[in-house]
Amino acid sequence: MSAARWVVGIDLGTSHTAAARVALEAADAPSAPRRAGERSPIESFPIEQLVAPGAVEARPLLPSCLYLPVASEGAMPLPWDQERSFVVGELARTRSAETPSRAVTSAKSWLCHPSVDRRAGILPQGAPDDVEAISPVEASWRYLEHVAEAFQHAGGGNLAEQEVVLTVPASFDAAARELTVEAANAAGFENLTLLEEPQAALYAWVDAMGDAFRKELAVGDVVLVVDVGGGTTDFSAIEVRESDGHFELARVAIGDHILLGGDNMDLALAHVAKQRLVAAGKEVDKWQLVQLAHAARAAKERLLGDATLEKAAVAIAARGSALVGGSLRTEITRADVDAILVDGFFPVVPESARPVVRARGGLTQIGLPYAQDAAVTKHLAAFLARQAGAVAPAATGTSGAEARAPRLLCPTAVLFNGGVMKSERLRARVLEVLATWCASEGRPAPRALEGADYDAGVARGAAAYGLVRRGKGLRIRGGTARAYYVGIEGAVPAVPGMEPPVVAMCVAPFGMEEGTSAALPEEQLGVVVGEPVRFRFFGSTTRREDTAGSSLEEWKPDELEELPPIEVSLPAEGRGAGEVVIVRLAASVTEVGTLLLEAVPVKPAKPDERWKIELSVRGDGDASA
Amino acid sequence: MRGVTEPSDLPFGTRLWFAWVCFLRVLFDGAFAGRAFAVREGMPSLPAAGRKKSGSEAAAPKEAGAPADEPSGDEDERPRASMDAPPLTPEGRRRMAKTVREARPLPVDASATREVGGLLLLSLLQREGRLVDFLRQDVASFSDEDIGAAARVVHAGCRKALDEHATIAVVQDAEENATVEVPVGFDPSSFKLVGNVKGEAPFTGKLRHRGWRAARLTLPDPVTGHDVRVLAPAEVEL
Repeated sequence: MSAARWVVGIDLGTSHTAAARVALEAADAPSAPRRAGERSPIESFPIEQLVAPGAVEARPLLPSCLYLPVASEGAMPLPWDQERSFVVGELARTRSAETPSRAVTSAKSWLCHPSVDRRAGILPQGAPDDVEAISPVEASWRYLEHVAEAFQHAGGGNLAEQEVVLTVPASFDAAARELTVEAANAAGFENLTLLEEPQAALYAWVDAMGDAFRKELAVGDVVLVVDVGGGTTDFSAIEVRESDGHFELARVAIGDHILLGGDNMDLALAHVAKQRLVAAGKEVDKWQLVQLAHAARAAKERLLGDATLEKAAVAIAARGSALVGGSLRTEITRADVDAILVDGFFPVVPESARPVVRARGGLTQIGLPYAQDAAVTKHLAAFLARQAGAVAPAATGTSGAEARAPRLLCPTAVLFNGGVMKSERLRARVLEVLATWCASEGRPAPRALEGADYDAGVARGAAAYGLVRRGKGLRIRGGTARAYYVGIEGAVPAVPGMEPPVVAMCVAPFGMEEGTSAALPEEQLGVVVGEPVRFRFFGSTTRREDTAGSSLEEWKPDELEELPPIEVSLPAEGRGAGEVVIVRLAASVTEVGTLLLEAVPVKPAKPDERWKIELSVRGDGDASA
Repeated sequence: MRGVTEPSDLPFGTRLWFAWVCFLRVLFDGAFAGRAFAVREGMPSLPAAGRKKSGSEAAAPKEAGAPADEPSGDEDERPRASMDAPPLTPEGRRRMAKTVREARPLPVDASATREVGGLLLLSLLQREGRLVDFLRQDVASFSDEDIGAAARVVHAGCRKALDEHATIAVVQDAEENATVEVPVGFDPSSFKLVGNVKGEAPFTGKLRHRGWRAARLTLPDPVTGHDVRVLAPAEVEL
């Protein structure tokens, strides 16, 4: 068995997966700092996939879609597997529009959906009886397995032996990260590290700039990463600091997981075009609406790319072979794009704007928690306001307003990522809105960091991170993006109609780095041997000061977010069933980048006794029941 | 339904002449040699059409040219792009993945390769741009508006397919109607001289068409068991 030859970065996206690699020789060779324009050793790596029945092509992106054919459709052979019984990639994406009941899409959003059992076969939603439904974990595993097979088929060697850096949204909580690792292990990856996507985008930008990035960033800069992909929107803030005379990057804040992206935008435009066709007396069925969304995307890109264009034609083909006479044609105008995309998804709003949250109807079917407010800028305002305290005022420099605490985290630079942000118009709109907000705080307008690779950046950045871990380049510090708390019910006499007060005890402080452990808290808990014991579990992206063991009796409503409960089950070995063991909860972050919670008995029966606490991923966690 | 006509074998005399032409051009024309090498090295042989199919499709003629009768056994002898492999055990698959890079190409039947390439291109343009639908339809009775709507579909789709799979460059990079010079030793396949043609190169004339050259063409790899003659499957909604 050969040792690792590559660092492979994989961007396992909600709508698309991409991969990039860099030879380890490049990492180990002594090298001078690279100048701007000099070629990066990182190469994007196209992924072979079925693009149509019987046609295989290597494409830069692998759509994160899986199609489960009926038995009589036969095998779906790949060059490396003649007997493949399912399809991953472009063909699966096409089929997902034609036959949605047999296709898995957005598996990643299901992976972080707290109210479903993420290891159970729940996908595709509403699948017919003959489909053997798969779990969100298995879907992710299949995508990663496909990348591994394509990598090996292209002569890169066995991916299990390479160093793999897998990106996850910054907003993924501990359980979603753990499930991602589970999927990667199932796909055979052993040498694995997780990396937050916005950080990967910044690593890619630094790699693309070469050594010139030091001229672009200065100590005190706060870089806002705005990542709007096909299905999700993710924000992070990264601060440039000085530490012992060295330049240091630290990720200081992350946002919520927002299910809102380019697909929503295409669909919104498609509906406008549909209404126009219906008004002209044409009928548009579901199949044609999908075609319309594709055509609308092309029209959108043309209109956003060329400011002189007033309208773009949108044509959709007849379904049958009689193309002429059955094809529909309409147009999307600049006014549509302005009203729907620019002002609909990126409206100019004051910094006090917040996303609208409607109460969900009582009979909501179990689906993905899509963002209810389509305005990206409102989500951004909420993020910056919530993270106002992420940067110490001294570090950012103050301008006359020292007296009051900042109401907003004011970035000084913006790095854009994701397919949607390819549009210069939309980038300009985000910058314009940010400039107004910063001005109201008495701060200068942020600038855009140019030279980003919007599609492949995250995968390339993941590969770059592999080099950084070997000492080639600047590492972004930051550690875990949340503090974690265990809810302990106070021992008070029961009062009807009143929930017993809950004290949140911090077990893992904010910013724990990989490979570190938190101090063992003083608080002791009783666990019954042989029975699973559950604790309520909370996370916070804003409480940075709490140390392990500190207890909160009250907190502001948006400070702590309740996560699915955690569960510990002590094996009876050496102890009598039903015996109560006093434990303390220890937290550490593994080298891979997942949170490990353990119960450590105060009086161990044998040396080093400790039990793993499971992060619940079953989605039946009703703590009040 | 009728199958696609197979290109027949060339007569011996033609083959002799063609072999001689190829010999000389490979020797003296680097670009030609490169292209010929690429064809020999990389192009897929015709997968056994409809091997797993039965009934009506089996009636399609597939007698001539198609090397459906694979040499038995040794996978290491396979050309890289030929996916025409028998089902493999996981071990075999792993072995194949390892050896596939070093594989030496089999002598490929040029006519079969050409046919597969053509069929793949047609499938691609039909899939992405409905080109076959468009060309097969009698458009005489339709209004220009209807034809225009369909032409947009075809144009947008085929253009995207072309952009993704080929790099098309102009032969003569100058404005059309500008005066250009055709140098001594010009490539006769790259320039077509029309009008008052006499004497020897160099020639000076007006550029009427800039010409196109495919600098790159990458077609999807066909997969075993898939009938490449099916340009678009019949679609049945259940």
